[in-house]
Amino acid sequence: MKLYCLSGHPTLPCNVLKFKSTTIMLDCGLDMNSTLNFLPLPLVQSPRLSNLPGWSLKDGNAFLDKELKECSGHVFVDSVPEFCLPETELIDLSTVDVILISNYHCMMALPYITEHTGFTGTVYATEPSVQIGRLLMEELVNFIERVPKAQSASLWKNKDIQRLLPSPLKDAVEVSTWRRCYTMQEVNSALSKIQLVGYSQKIELFGAVQVTPLSSGYALGSSNWIIQSHYEKVSYVSGSSLLTTHPQPMDQASLKNSDVLILTGLTQIPTANPDSMVGEFCSNLALTVRNGGNVLVPCYPSGVIYDLLECLYQYIDSAGLSSIPFYFISPVANSSLEFSQIFAEWLCHNKQTKVYLPEPPFPHAELIQTNKLKHYPSIHGDFSNDFRQPCVVFTGHPSLRFGDVVHFMELWGKSSLNTVIFTDVGSDVTVGTVLQRHRRDTWLYSKRPSSQLRRKQGLRDCPWHSLPDIHLEPDFSYLEALAPYQPLAMKCIYCPIDTRLNFIQVSKLLKEVQPLHVVCPEQYTQPPPAQSHRIDLMIDCQPPAMSYRRAEVLALPFKRRYEKIEIMPELADSLVPMEIKPGVSLATVSAVLHTKDNKHILQPPPRPAQPTGGKKRKRASDDIPDCKVLKPLLSGSIPVEQFVQTLEKHGFSDIKVEDTAKGHIVLLQEAETLIQIEEDSTHIICDNDEMLRVRLRDLVLKFLQKF
Amino acid sequence: MDPECSRLLPALCAVLADPRQPVADDTCLEKLLDWFTAVTEAGSSLLLLQENPCLVELLFHVLKSQDLSSRILSFSLRLAGIFAAQEDCFQYLQQGELLPMLFGEVGPLGGAAWTAPAVRSGWIQGLRTLAQHPSALHFLAACGAVDTIFSLQGDPSLFVASAAGQLLVHILDLAMRGPAEGRRSPQACDWPACAQKIVGHIEDSLCSTAIPQVTQALSVLTTAFGHCHGLWTQGLWVRLSPLVARLLEKDPVPASHSLVDLLLSVARSAPSSDRGLWETLAQTLSHLSPTQAGPLALGILKLQDCPQALRTQAFGILLQPLACVLEAAAQAPGPPGLLEGAAADSMMVDTLLSSKSACVGLLCCALAHLGLLQPLPQRPSPWPQAPLLGAAVTTLRLCSGSAAPTSDVGGRLCAILVGCGRVQRAALDFLGALSQGTGPQELVTQVFSVLLEYLVSPESSSMVLKKAFQATLRWLLSSPKTPGCCDLDPHTQLFLRELLPVLQKRLCSPCWEVRDSGLEFLTQMTRHWGGQAGFRQALLASEVPELTKQLLRDPESYVRASAVTATGQLSSWGLCATPASPECPGAQQESLLVELLHILSTDSEGFPRRAVMQVFTEWLRDGHADVAEDAERFVAGVLQAASRDLDWEVRAQGLELALVFLEQLLGQRSSHCPYAVALPETAPPGVLDQALQVLCRVQLFEFAFRALFDCDRPVAQKSCDLLLFLRAKAAPCGSSQEAGDSPNVASVEATLQRWQAGEQGQPLGYLEPGAVVALLRSIDLEGLRDTLAESSDHVEKSPQSLLQDMLAAVGVLGENEADCY
Repeated sequence: MKLYCLSGHPTLPCNVLKFKSTTIMLDCGLDMNSTLNFLPLPLVQSPRLSNLPGWSLKDGNAFLDKELKECSGHVFVDSVPEFCLPETELIDLSTVDVILISNYHCMMALPYITEHTGFTGTVYATEPSVQIGRLLMEELVNFIERVPKAQSASLWKNKDIQRLLPSPLKDAVEVSTWRRCYTMQEVNSALSKIQLVGYSQKIELFGAVQVTPLSSGYALGSSNWIIQSHYEKVSYVSGSSLLTTHPQPMDQASLKNSDVLILTGLTQIPTANPDSMVGEFCSNLALTVRNGGNVLVPCYPSGVIYDLLECLYQYIDSAGLSSIPFYFISPVANSSLEFSQIFAEWLCHNKQTKVYLPEPPFPHAELIQTNKLKHYPSIHGDFSNDFRQPCVVFTGHPSLRFGDVVHFMELWGKSSLNTVIFTDVGSDVTVGTVLQRHRRDTWLYSKRPSSQLRRKQGLRDCPWHSLPDIHLEPDFSYLEALAPYQPLAMKCIYCPIDTRLNFIQVSKLLKEVQPLHVVCPEQYTQPPPAQSHRIDLMIDCQPPAMSYRRAEVLALPFKRRYEKIEIMPELADSLVPMEIKPGVSLATVSAVLHTKDNKHILQPPPRPAQPTGGKKRKRASDDIPDCKVLKPLLSGSIPVEQFVQTLEKHGFSDIKVEDTAKGHIVLLQEAETLIQIEEDSTHIICDNDEMLRVRLRDLVLKFLQKF
Repeated sequence: MDPECSRLLPALCAVLADPRQPVADDTCLEKLLDWFTAVTEAGSSLLLLQENPCLVELLFHVLKSQDLSSRILSFSLRLAGIFAAQEDCFQYLQQGELLPMLFGEVGPLGGAAWTAPAVRSGWIQGLRTLAQHPSALHFLAACGAVDTIFSLQGDPSLFVASAAGQLLVHILDLAMRGPAEGRRSPQACDWPACAQKIVGHIEDSLCSTAIPQVTQALSVLTTAFGHCHGLWTQGLWVRLSPLVARLLEKDPVPASHSLVDLLLSVARSAPSSDRGLWETLAQTLSHLSPTQAGPLALGILKLQDCPQALRTQAFGILLQPLACVLEAAAQAPGPPGLLEGAAADSMMVDTLLSSKSACVGLLCCALAHLGLLQPLPQRPSPWPQAPLLGAAVTTLRLCSGSAAPTSDVGGRLCAILVGCGRVQRAALDFLGALSQGTGPQELVTQVFSVLLEYLVSPESSSMVLKKAFQATLRWLLSSPKTPGCCDLDPHTQLFLRELLPVLQKRLCSPCWEVRDSGLEFLTQMTRHWGGQAGFRQALLASEVPELTKQLLRDPESYVRASAVTATGQLSSWGLCATPASPECPGAQQESLLVELLHILSTDSEGFPRRAVMQVFTEWLRDGHADVAEDAERFVAGVLQAASRDLDWEVRAQGLELALVFLEQLLGQRSSHCPYAVALPETAPPGVLDQALQVLCRVQLFEFAFRALFDCDRPVAQKSCDLLLFLRAKAAPCGSSQEAGDSPNVASVEATLQRWQAGEQGQPLGYLEPGAVVALLRSIDLEGLRDTLAESSDHVEKSPQSLLQDMLAAVGVLGENEADCY
């Protein structure tokens, strides 16, 4: 059993499991951190972005100035954004039999895999995962395609040139494999290969293994997977949550008794409690709006936004914000809001019961009805007529490199009254960047801006900040998302809302389900390096978890011992068991092992072929294996004393018995012959006296039972 | 006993003795017992019984009756105890053999009723009241009660068990008072048999291997040393201390909590020269586990006279957990920590790391104990202020995850403590307590830094945040003033600039508790610093005043109330919201006044309305500019709103405001300043007439008279005081005396009578000052004040009423029964 790790990103996994004769891909997440190296794609012509100076080498050589632009001390690639794909060289992806999807965030690389690698298998996913996944892909394609960019930069990717570039471009990994975004056609083709499944549905893969999706409690339709044969069980836990939010609660019981548990998709911000973050979000939102500023919330069109809208629904009236318009802008905004209301069976119990009242399960329906929440496909069209400030805008993409968010950053960035609040970390650009660049010090969340940012925001350093910054260093990645917008006057708040399992919950979960072995990304097996004392921020289990990193192949530490074989009834009828000791019977079986679709069946051996009278040529299939005359099987043990007596009775004299470590040696001195009797073998050693050997053999056989 | 009660008593006794007549409730019986106690304390019990034979009959009847409720049986036992407390009455009851029948083995003790805890409790309490004289001791010995009490010490009912212990102490005290009086420590052989028996029982229990027995003995001794102050207690300690000391040899020490209680109880009553006792205490400190030793250490440090070595040892125990924290979190071997020279105790480290609950419990106790000790005059000296500050800061950092200990112990501590709200709260309280002392500037900076960290952190729970606000306030207010400068010091100013944005955000929190504590913090800070230029500048540059004003419309009433107080305070210092437009100065302030008046007259909850009244009273008292502009109109408006309020506290506060107004018009009630020129007792006639005119115009009298007959007593009392004050001021002013006969006064008096009768619908109409003075004279304000001074249920509380109620309740019950058929 082997695990091929195609992605090093702990929350955007892509692994291939070889189990029995099947090859199963577990998720195919797309790492979008690479896009942070590109300039934003503005929806409306931005003089600032189009007039950025080209970048030149230290020696003044400006041959890259068409490809690379400089902005506030950072260098960006001026080209269509590209994505970093999972490893494609580690294993021949055309051999993958099936792909199991755990949630809609973890399927964004699907078109790259299904359309460009010779993949011919099936993809399994739940309906909400597919529908919302489709929305996410559609939005991504739309964001990129609606701002066509003729230029494609490739010169900078040359290894010799890349070395000369400033960070972070210099450190970007595997740039040669980066690809442009897929097309809608590819998306449709990829999605057509998906077969829908429901929770607890058992799916047979070639008769060899059975896979079953289980509710994981993280998002609509999100699943963990059980992959099991008759004697082995592997659990794949990816993006699970024990908090009570909108999805169905996590099914933990079914994960019990696993031989191997592959654990991915834990919270990216283990120290930030989602409840506190929601409070923080609301406070900052209200503070900004009350002072006449606008709030921009870069987000995905599905997921956390549902919970945020629900919290705001309860909060806005009490905070006196009822007159403030909330805008949700996305090409798929309408579909997302409507889809959420129709997947009743995938929702938590409370929301399910609402459907029977009947009421919409999510309160955003009421926000829309009362005109407090308005949604638009884009900033063009109706939105420009309705737009009123101050307001709150939810829009994508969280990377701030494409989508309507770019426009609002350009529009509002110059005023300190406005605020951008980062909340979405689901398959996010933020932490991923950091991990990719091995800067794991940014795991810990803190609201306090870095000294660098503080200076940018005009905050003076004061003695109360004399603590080493390492304690309170915020996750830099949101600053990286903001980099091309610097200098920025608007306030930036980071309240990541990540409902996935934290380490305390994982530790309880593992105690509960008790897998024999745990396999997880290497980031989970040690405390964050900058907080090496935080031993509470790692997986603590016995035996220690096995870790993997990108492009690694793990041999999973467990051997298959048994295989199930069926016996045909007529063959079973013919068996004559013989009791060899009380309760244990044996029978010899002569049969043909028939293996098809990974099922093994013992069938009666064919009768010897009747001599054919005619001269008809035998068909190949009529060839019957030669049935040799079977020697009987022996069992039992030889009692040495009785054996010696028997030998004496048969005329052997001068017999000597020696005890050895493994048994006895009976020495026939006269005949110069040795009989070694051991637990599982008996040897007669006599020189060239075949007659004697046969006599002795027959004497030995008298003591053994035969089948 | 008054005749009416005597008359009712036989009927009541008949009801009590009748099992078919259920008594209303236990409180009636308790009240009845209280009444009998009062009656017997005032006179002879013997006489009482002789004059009311029904009482003894009741007791006899109780003994005979088989199916009486346990409540009545228990009541009778206690009643008998009350009567028998007087020796002559005891003898009287003894003659009838009543007492042995009630308390001896032939009584309830041997019957089925004994299974009811109420009966066992009544038996003990009866004996407890009875045991007041030597005859009682003989009786107890004769009827074998002491053995029963021994067994009741282990009663399943905790109340009974505890009462049994206390009774033993009481008997011991009674027995020893006689022989030991005046003698230092009588020889054991001189002790009365009863005392010998009890002490022997205690000795046996102390040697027992069963922990409950040891606990019982220790708690009896604790009560003895805590409540009995005879010299014999010293003798008792001399006799029993070796047995107590032997308990320390066991591992683990049995009944450690009770042992600590006992030792502290002994230490409080023992002379400071008792070396043996101090040795035992020292030994106990070293034998107990860190968690058990904490309370003992605190108790020792609170003692007035105690050897220095023991104090040092005890203080060391309290400091140990914090010393461990400091050591574990230290980046490098630093300056000497809390316990100079001594490394953290390995047992302490083991306890801290053994489990989360042990660690949290120990740290919380240590922090709380040290916090209690800090303000005491007898706290250890020198007080290690700096290391303690360091420890509190470190603990808070471990809890927030911002500390980065390098040691293994530190890492494990951090993993245990991170996010632990209990320790955070305890440490913040302790840090606040430490603000009373000083510390090196570097540490003070760290204190502010960690406080800011907690105030900023979204992970701080509302309770933690409240504590952080409280601690911050204490530290801010204790920060040293720059010599020669009356403004805030530069560090504080810098901190304020960091703090106000945080406060701003907290005022927008979706959690109302957070908004509320933010506002409370702001109010306190403004109260102290409203006049400081640095504070004013920082506050006005922030959005805090505007946000505070917006919170006047908060959906949560507590928050609205706090917002009212905060805006009131801000406005008093001229710090309210954005400055008014140049064309219309004061418009902003006026709008605040209007807004508060609006809250007063429309808010559906009481808290915000009460807060408004308090703010208004303060404004009037302090001469707030907008109020002073037209105080008459202001008072009239406020009183009008307050008079209609359904909340009595608002009406009472209205009277407070009226009183302030009166004092401003007529002078103080009594001079608060000894050096002030004494004002004449009465106001000069010209001033008075003018004042009365004003008071009539603002309709203060209508408000006050209405309040005089308010259904809520505090309001009526306050109004009475106010009118008495006014009458005193107006007394010599006889010019308007003749107004008393005018038809105006007569109609007003008629109206007032109707008000008193509860018909308050009719208005009083406009009153002339003359009529007011006449009215003040004609109303019996003193009489009214005396009536009001009695508790509102003084009529209902009389014994007669009690007896009638009990009888009536039974009668009513009877009627109901009849209705059922």
